[in-house]
Amino acid sequence: MPGTVQSIERAAAVLRLLAAAPDGLGVADLGNALGLAKTTVHGILRTLHQVGFVEQDHSGAHYHLSDAFGRLGESYLDPNELRSRAINWADSLASRSGEVVRVGRLVEGKVEVVHHVFRPDDSDQNLDVGTTLPPHATALGKAVLAYDTSARPRSLEAYTTRTITDPVQLSEELATVRSRGWATELEEHTVELASIAAPIRGLGGLVVGAVGLAGRIERICDSRLRHRGDLVTMVRATADAIARDLRDDT
Amino acid sequence: MAEQYVAAVDQGTNSSRCILFDRRGRLVSVAQREHRQLFPRPGWVEHDAEEIWRNVARVVPAAIRQIGAAPSQVVAIGITNQRETSLLWDRRTGRPIGHAVVWQDTRTDRLVTELAGDEGADRFADLCGLPLTTYFSAPRIKWMLDHTPGLRQRAERGEVLFGTMETWLIWNFTGGPNSQAQHVTDVTNASRTMLMNIETLEWDDKLLEAFDVPRAILPEIRPSSGVFATATEVLPGVRIGAALGDQQAALFGQTCFSAGEAKCTYGTGSFLLLHTGQEIVRSKHGMLTTVAYQIGDQPASYALEGSMAVTGSLVQWFRDGLGMIHTAAEIETLARTVDDNGGAYIVPAFSGLFAPHWRSEARGVIAGLTGYITKGHLARAVLEATGFQTLEVVDAMNADSGIALTALKVDGGMTANNLLMQFLADLLDVPVVRPMVTETVSLGAAYAAGLAVGYWPDLEGLRSNWHRAGQWMPHMDPARRATEYANWQAAVQRTFNWIRTEDQEP
Repeated sequence: MPGTVQSIERAAAVLRLLAAAPDGLGVADLGNALGLAKTTVHGILRTLHQVGFVEQDHSGAHYHLSDAFGRLGESYLDPNELRSRAINWADSLASRSGEVVRVGRLVEGKVEVVHHVFRPDDSDQNLDVGTTLPPHATALGKAVLAYDTSARPRSLEAYTTRTITDPVQLSEELATVRSRGWATELEEHTVELASIAAPIRGLGGLVVGAVGLAGRIERICDSRLRHRGDLVTMVRATADAIARDLRDDT
Repeated sequence: MAEQYVAAVDQGTNSSRCILFDRRGRLVSVAQREHRQLFPRPGWVEHDAEEIWRNVARVVPAAIRQIGAAPSQVVAIGITNQRETSLLWDRRTGRPIGHAVVWQDTRTDRLVTELAGDEGADRFADLCGLPLTTYFSAPRIKWMLDHTPGLRQRAERGEVLFGTMETWLIWNFTGGPNSQAQHVTDVTNASRTMLMNIETLEWDDKLLEAFDVPRAILPEIRPSSGVFATATEVLPGVRIGAALGDQQAALFGQTCFSAGEAKCTYGTGSFLLLHTGQEIVRSKHGMLTTVAYQIGDQPASYALEGSMAVTGSLVQWFRDGLGMIHTAAEIETLARTVDDNGGAYIVPAFSGLFAPHWRSEARGVIAGLTGYITKGHLARAVLEATGFQTLEVVDAMNADSGIALTALKVDGGMTANNLLMQFLADLLDVPVVRPMVTETVSLGAAYAAGLAVGYWPDLEGLRSNWHRAGQWMPHMDPARRATEYANWQAAVQRTFNWIRTEDQEP
């Protein structure tokens, strides 16, 4: 049997003490109460601060529980924050690939488009931020669905003859996504179109959304209908860059 | 052959960044460091210039390291900077004399009123294109020389150097106090000092006399795009190919190379620039006449500029001052909890109003406040303030230039805010267009530097790099637009005459 993790026990103790102190506590208060060195307490507090469980007051001397701690079931990353972190990298992906780029996240069983970059050919295109996409029929959707622990969509609507409508087949597809780390789609949502997407991992590995590109099959796939390796690499690098941005400054 | 890049150094109000661009104008890597904002007194804003140079010396190698490139793969450095922020330093030691006084600083309030005298704020506008306000460098230089004992004498003996941030950086890139350091500026930055003649593009004796500034402290004025020098520090051997003020750089990065093209950059403050070709257009509606850029020995291009002092910084205030949100991006989430502003309008005249009003005695108001207003409404009012300020500037610009704007090219951090971009399109009643590279300030500096060293052949080549990344179309009912604008204008009236001369801040 694996042992327990001491730092998590200590973090839990810190959280209990903070929850009982409406005016907040300082590093020394916590160290004295728990019999821990100041540097240990400081490291725990910094981590808890980074994951958004505790906040510092204006002077920086006192810590208290953040209001986010009471709303753990809600999405921990604001969608507008995700867009502002993703915007440079998504632009860069669109200009390198020459395709439409979207950033999405899972909201109530659907993929909400958080950010949309036009295909860089200056043709007429409409911004579809705020609209939703079916998760089982898009690469963007599969890339977030594969890491979602809530219930799978029950009815799998067919958009084309290629849409995956069998729950077992979808489970297999999502297992593939998890093992590879990226998702694909081929005429499953719209005829003649294909897409590639990769999950964006925030702190602790939590998937906060996905970034992907979509375009005509002949540009996204090779002659044997395999998704082009160079595009997959670009999409994954973009997801990693956004994730790095999220982890660095939160 | 290894891929080559141009490094843009953007020395901004809050941070210094280095961005590498490839031949197709694509962003390849970014490194950034923030510097401290010093507020020694109400209305005073300063930066530590040594801290800024240290940051620049760190972010440049960091950006190169990020993609595993060698310094030799950088073909040119392009510098762009926060404008008007003024610094004096000791020629011999290279040490700054006090902190840099930032463009937002209003310490010259009283001095500016005195200088305007009976002739009014526009007394130098014929020569330099600018009205007398606390915004520009010349009053600031006079203030610094007058308030440091013995400094004026030292300045007259040639022991003191003046520069805006690009001058400070180039001087340090070329060795600082120990060598043949270059003390230079470019026409765009020089055009913001109030000391350069806007027609001859040279320091003007009448202006120097009026502001009591010794010629010995001033840098040499150069074209914006052209080799300034070869760096000996940080990136030894790499040519510095361009320097431009940040807003002019953004105009260049948006490839607004023809008369009639306009862009607006949304950041801490926001700045709308309209290219007016080689013609100097004098505004009757509070716009500034400024140099857009000069490429090598070609004639300079000019622009009309509308400046809004407080836009992104209003969101920062909402976050840091009021603690309503944790990150700037969250304001959109909060604003979307309500359908409209609930009748509330925030006019952020934190240090007076800029274009088109130029009222330094105005201070901010929240108008239309009722018990119905929630923080969601205030979040909307914060974002809408940026929209209304843009509309005021566009109206004035249309009146001056006689050309109605048909689309607005936007860039800057706030373009990530969809609610604001849609509100802008609704209010202006024209499409709002975001280019593929939002970092147009850095891109413009890179373009101008790359052009100087032959990395890019010509302006047409740069134009073909520009692509539309997003576009917001207007939907607002015209009657509602008119009502909203009228309410805003009524709120603006209520900010006037708040600071009275007898109780002016010291």
